Amino acid sequence: MEPLPLQVETKRKLHVLSYASTKKRSDYLWAYIMIAPTMIGLFVFYLWPMLQTFYFSFTEWGAFGTYEWIGLKNYTRMLTDVNLLQSFKNTGIYILCTVPLGIFLSILVAVLLNQKIKGTTIYRTLYFLPVITMPAAIAMVWKWLYNSDFGLLNYLLSFIGIEGPQWLTNPNIALYSIIAVAIWSGIGYNMVIFLSGLQGIPKTYYEAAEMDGAGPVTMFFKITLPLLSPVIFFVSIMSLIGAFQFFDLIFMMISKSSTALENTQSIVYLFYQHAFVLNDKGYAAAIAVLLLVVILIITVIQMALQKKWVHYD
Amino acid sequence: MVRKGLMVLLSLVLGVFGLLAGCSNSSSGESKDGKVEISYGFWDKKQVPAIEEIIKQFNEEHPDIKVKTELIPYGQYFQKLETAATGGALPDVLWMNGPHIVQYAEGKVLLPLSDLAEKDDYSLDNYPESLIDLYTVNDEVYGIPKDYDTTGLWYNKKIFDEAGVPYPDDTWDWDMLKEAAKKLTNKDKGVWGFAAVMGNQGGYYDLIWQNGGHVISEDGKSVGFDQPEAIEALKYNISFIEEGMSPTQAQMNETAASDLFSSGKIAMMFDGPWMVPEYKKNPDLDVAVLPKGKQRAVSIHGLSNVIAANTKHKEAAWEFVKFLGSKEAAEVFAETGTVIPAFNGTQDAWLNSVPELNLQAYIDGAEYSNPLPSVKNTGPIWQHETDILKKAWAGEESVEKVVKELADKANKELEE
Repeated sequence: MEPLPLQVETKRKLHVLSYASTKKRSDYLWAYIMIAPTMIGLFVFYLWPMLQTFYFSFTEWGAFGTYEWIGLKNYTRMLTDVNLLQSFKNTGIYILCTVPLGIFLSILVAVLLNQKIKGTTIYRTLYFLPVITMPAAIAMVWKWLYNSDFGLLNYLLSFIGIEGPQWLTNPNIALYSIIAVAIWSGIGYNMVIFLSGLQGIPKTYYEAAEMDGAGPVTMFFKITLPLLSPVIFFVSIMSLIGAFQFFDLIFMMISKSSTALENTQSIVYLFYQHAFVLNDKGYAAAIAVLLLVVILIITVIQMALQKKWVHYD
Repeated sequence: MVRKGLMVLLSLVLGVFGLLAGCSNSSSGESKDGKVEISYGFWDKKQVPAIEEIIKQFNEEHPDIKVKTELIPYGQYFQKLETAATGGALPDVLWMNGPHIVQYAEGKVLLPLSDLAEKDDYSLDNYPESLIDLYTVNDEVYGIPKDYDTTGLWYNKKIFDEAGVPYPDDTWDWDMLKEAAKKLTNKDKGVWGFAAVMGNQGGYYDLIWQNGGHVISEDGKSVGFDQPEAIEALKYNISFIEEGMSPTQAQMNETAASDLFSSGKIAMMFDGPWMVPEYKKNPDLDVAVLPKGKQRAVSIHGLSNVIAANTKHKEAAWEFVKFLGSKEAAEVFAETGTVIPAFNGTQDAWLNSVPELNLQAYIDGAEYSNPLPSVKNTGPIWQHETDILKKAWAGEESVEKVVKELADKANKELEE
């Protein structure tokens, strides 16, 4: 009569098991139902268009949605496209200026606004205002400030005897004029992220350092910066991706009949031009795929490099 | 826990709303009170008052058809249409111009109107023949003409009086225009004699034709930009900038020439009748016929109202297009001085709408006018014109060099 208890035991175990698996299954089901709205949206509006873009990069488009398969021709055409090369160069300059300088300035502002000074809320609001302003409005206002004949900027310069340049139509300057606006309008957003990062650093570290006789500069480089590095890493990845997709300010501020356009247009602007102005959607899709690959490679490199400088506590 | 639950609920609600928004049809449909709603797409903000008045009158006859206007700035109009047409979401009724009609008609996104007109006994003889021809593709009429425009020479009387230069008239030629521009230019006051705007209609096209050149050859296989007549015309146009009588290309990019002109910084410029509502605000301004080159020529072009092929309310759209093409609608346009209406015989009302301006100059121009060329790839060709000619306008490259590049690219578009 020995086996009997065992049998009972197994039976009970089985019962428990099947109960657990149905519970688990219904948990999963509910989890999926909960994320379904987002997942469906993501699939319909992101993943599916992405796959389609990849497919279209091997096609040539006619009028109103007709297309034919042309194999790798769009990609071979890229190799000899001077404008594409120039737009990569422009985007490169844009990234090299806006990302490091933008991060540096927003850390600076965040550290300053993290002090106990009067009216921090007002300052924070002021720095954040450009972020909630529509890019189109920002572009219009800056276009006026930059106007070489009637703009405020050159008017002010004239007081100190300088004849200001043509900020937006001189092909050698226009890109940098736009970069200045982009940095100005981006500081506020990064500042808020850095501020929250700064407030996550325990005060005790600073108190201990102070007792050991460390000055504010030493404390910044030995405590603040290392402990802020995860946030810096996050911000640098986000702003790099954002900078690669740079479009709106060029579209709004540089006239199509200006020779400065070639020296300012970004990859995404060129994509827009081919996709929606020249109705060359196949080639535009190929540009988008190339951009995706470049961003992917750079992000992977950043991820690999983060071990060297990012400290997670 | 409560907070977490709230978050889940919120994200669910937002997600569902997002989906609904994505699915909702932004174009026409039946509105709640049983009315049929159609959309009307166009680009000129200055014509909004006239169009609203016309819709009001239309609703007196057809209270059951609601017209929703969709104003799309010209800079994005055709890009947006192209995308909308690909996705089958064109406005029910929309403005069409000559350069794009072939592409849209052959692309089968517009409704042919010949049969509808015949069925309703709607006469197409009420409009200038050249305009009906412009919108006839493969023997089918696709658009009912709305208006037409030619080019005039606008000038600022005050600047002329101060410089002691007689006002322009029909005796003027290219040399006299140049001579006057030289005298009118006043660097100290920041006044330029002429604005050499880089634009094809009412700009270098007119000059090329005046010089005996052509834009697109009669067989439609090549462009004429690289021909000696065209090169000479382009050089003449750019010489105003080179000799300091016109703002530079960069200056006109930063501040539109029309703004400089209406604020008295420019003495003369070519412009179309669509600027009348704007320029009539300044009493110093008036308009004359264009100076002649080797011959008299201006470009003529007219818009038409067309119907999307896949409209859900074909009958309502056709009723509205008929009304837009009617004498009543033409008179509204005429009286507001917005554009020269295409309906024969209503032009006088337009002339009288702003009696202080010599609007007759535009009507005179129609006699020796050349229609804007229209081929399947007009859009890309225009894009090449802007991209390439701007280098000559900015003085970075010679006219001879850029026209060669332009002709190569444009001829390739014609082959497709």
